[in-house]
Amino acid sequence: MPRMALTRKCRDSRLGAGSTVLNLIEHTSTHTPAKWVTCLRDYCLMPDPHSEEGAQEYVSLFKHQMLCDMGKVLELRLILRQPSPLWLSFTVEELQIYQQGPKDLGIWFQVSPTLPASGQYAFALQSPSMTFPKWLSHPVPCEQPAPLLEGLPDPSRVSSEVQQMWALTEMIRASHTSTRIGRFDVDGCYDLNLLSYT
Amino acid sequence: MLQEESDLALIIAQIVQKLKGSNLYAQLERQAWASLQRPEIKLESLKEDIKEFFKISGWEKKLQNAVYSELNVFPLPSHPAAPPEHLKEPLVYMRKAQGSWEKRILKSLNSMCTELSIPLARKRPVGEQKELLNKWNEMGTDEPDLSLFRPVYAPKDFLEVLINLRNPNYENGDSHSFRTHLGLIQVPLKVKDIPELKEFFVELGLTAGQLGIDDSTQVPPELFENEHVRIGQKVLSEQDSAAAQQYIRQGSPTALRAELWALILNISSQPEDILYYEQLKTNVIQHDLLVDSLIYKDVKLTASNDDYYFVFEDYLYQVLLCFSRDTSVLGHFAYNSASPPKSYIRGKLGLEEYAVFYPPNGVIPFHGFSMYVAPLCFLYHEPSKLYQIFREMYVRFFFRLHSISSHPSGIVSLCLLFETLLQTYLPQLFYHLREIGAQPLRISFKWMVRAFSGYLATDQLLLLWDRILGYNSLEILAVLAAAVFAFRAVNLMEVTSLAAAEAVLADLSTLKVMPLLQIFLFATVT
Repeated sequence: MPRMALTRKCRDSRLGAGSTVLNLIEHTSTHTPAKWVTCLRDYCLMPDPHSEEGAQEYVSLFKHQMLCDMGKVLELRLILRQPSPLWLSFTVEELQIYQQGPKDLGIWFQVSPTLPASGQYAFALQSPSMTFPKWLSHPVPCEQPAPLLEGLPDPSRVSSEVQQMWALTEMIRASHTSTRIGRFDVDGCYDLNLLSYT
Repeated sequence: MLQEESDLALIIAQIVQKLKGSNLYAQLERQAWASLQRPEIKLESLKEDIKEFFKISGWEKKLQNAVYSELNVFPLPSHPAAPPEHLKEPLVYMRKAQGSWEKRILKSLNSMCTELSIPLARKRPVGEQKELLNKWNEMGTDEPDLSLFRPVYAPKDFLEVLINLRNPNYENGDSHSFRTHLGLIQVPLKVKDIPELKEFFVELGLTAGQLGIDDSTQVPPELFENEHVRIGQKVLSEQDSAAAQQYIRQGSPTALRAELWALILNISSQPEDILYYEQLKTNVIQHDLLVDSLIYKDVKLTASNDDYYFVFEDYLYQVLLCFSRDTSVLGHFAYNSASPPKSYIRGKLGLEEYAVFYPPNGVIPFHGFSMYVAPLCFLYHEPSKLYQIFREMYVRFFFRLHSISSHPSGIVSLCLLFETLLQTYLPQLFYHLREIGAQPLRISFKWMVRAFSGYLATDQLLLLWDRILGYNSLEILAVLAAAVFAFRAVNLMEVTSLAAAEAVLADLSTLKVMPLLQIFLFATVT
């Protein structure tokens, strides 16, 4: 059975009447008969349901948010509540589930052509596994943070978390198209056609 | 909590990534190497000693300022599954609307190009280059024939596009219902209400001193002004960007303003920056762009006709012509919903190696664009510094005023905020103006698009822009617009046509912005 490790993106959420919420129910089967278990209750996706806030956001859910053990899951059921009568439709799209562990079946970026309309959200739950630069994998021990760093997380812990996220920045960098060349012409020539529309 | 730490780690990684390519990184490296000569740096505690050295010599502060600047300007790292377009603008229908609007602008520019038979770009012959170099400091004396040129668009054209913006998933019934907005903007963006604005702008409250109110001649300077100036000088000597940003929320003393803005925007004139500006100037000399004529026309039509700004005409050309050639501006399109126009070298249509952006900075000026630069001329007289400040102001704030996005400081949100504030707190006035066909946004839109430049007296405008920098948000423009309507409500209730309403609000040059804002936010009975 695949083990599910889900990463989460933290969002401020105010639970008010009519806010969109989410229930995930897992259906586990071992030697006992399979049953539905709630693993996430009332997760707010749109903080202000009558406005566009959070309307087309990408959301992650993590394993540690789940109320139960996600070890043996057969089915997942998502229950969405209507955010507001103002929206013609509301769904979740681009749903992806990843796992962590020796099998490493997680897909980092999903390929989905569908365009979510307002009131819909895209879900992607994943964690990467890539090699990291050495300075990140070996945080310097005995770093005494100065007193002003109170309230911030412990640096060595942060470094180990950065290992998880390093691949993320690599992907962001790779997807950036900006090429700051400084020169705007091509070999001294800037004689142009008309502007193109594509 | 696990998630906040991961988020923090990610932000740290992203900022490190960005700063690694910067000048500051190279300087820090050089400084670290040079510091090895110093007696207090010992091999056994090398790292700690160098860190200590950075702290004492002020380099740590510079790094802090750079990090703070990055946090202010760039949006937080996005979700891994989110495509780059999502960072530019999360809502699909807004992206589409921005795309169609851009297409219209390109068509307009292309047709101007073909009608007038003027190329988009042309290399200047050597004689012309020499001539331009000679009169670089007095380009205003030139009187080229600009009669055939017309601005690519004016704010009112843009307003029409915003009025027609619709979310296809939203219940836009034909009949008026609780769903239809009473104003012109029909998209349900989240805007702050007055309690939230009061919290956001807490430093503008009645119990805090303000420059623009508590420095008037009747108020003894010992009560607020002297102390505020003293704190300002301290902030400048500490060279702390974050402190400066907090300080300037209560206004900046005139004598300190230029330095404070430079500190907040993290601009320091290094030799490299001056060299960069000179390089841009060379680019202007070498190539003539169609966009240059648009800039000329705009300056002649707006700033040159303005009592306060006509003296700066030459500076405006020096800044705006260079701005058009600056490819570093292209970086801001990562978080701007707009995209730079593309073209190909003549004869190489479709070949990606010959694809270029036009203009090189990707920004096509519209009618009134030069007014973003004009007020800055009061503060900075050295062209390369003036240029840097303007460029930073543009990529932080001004670009949001003419692109379609759902950002809280974007023009669409500002329009909706203005209309919502007016409807909620001056319902009678709003209803009356609607009835006579004078939708308030039609009058206030041009103020907001120009960030009130050219409408307020300059000292008042600079006090307003102090707060834009202090709060890192343009929402104050919408609040001021509503406050102006509130101030002139009595007269406006008596008008019976759009033209008459425009006349009541035509002259804002006598207004004092800080009292208006304070009264509207903190002293209006709701």
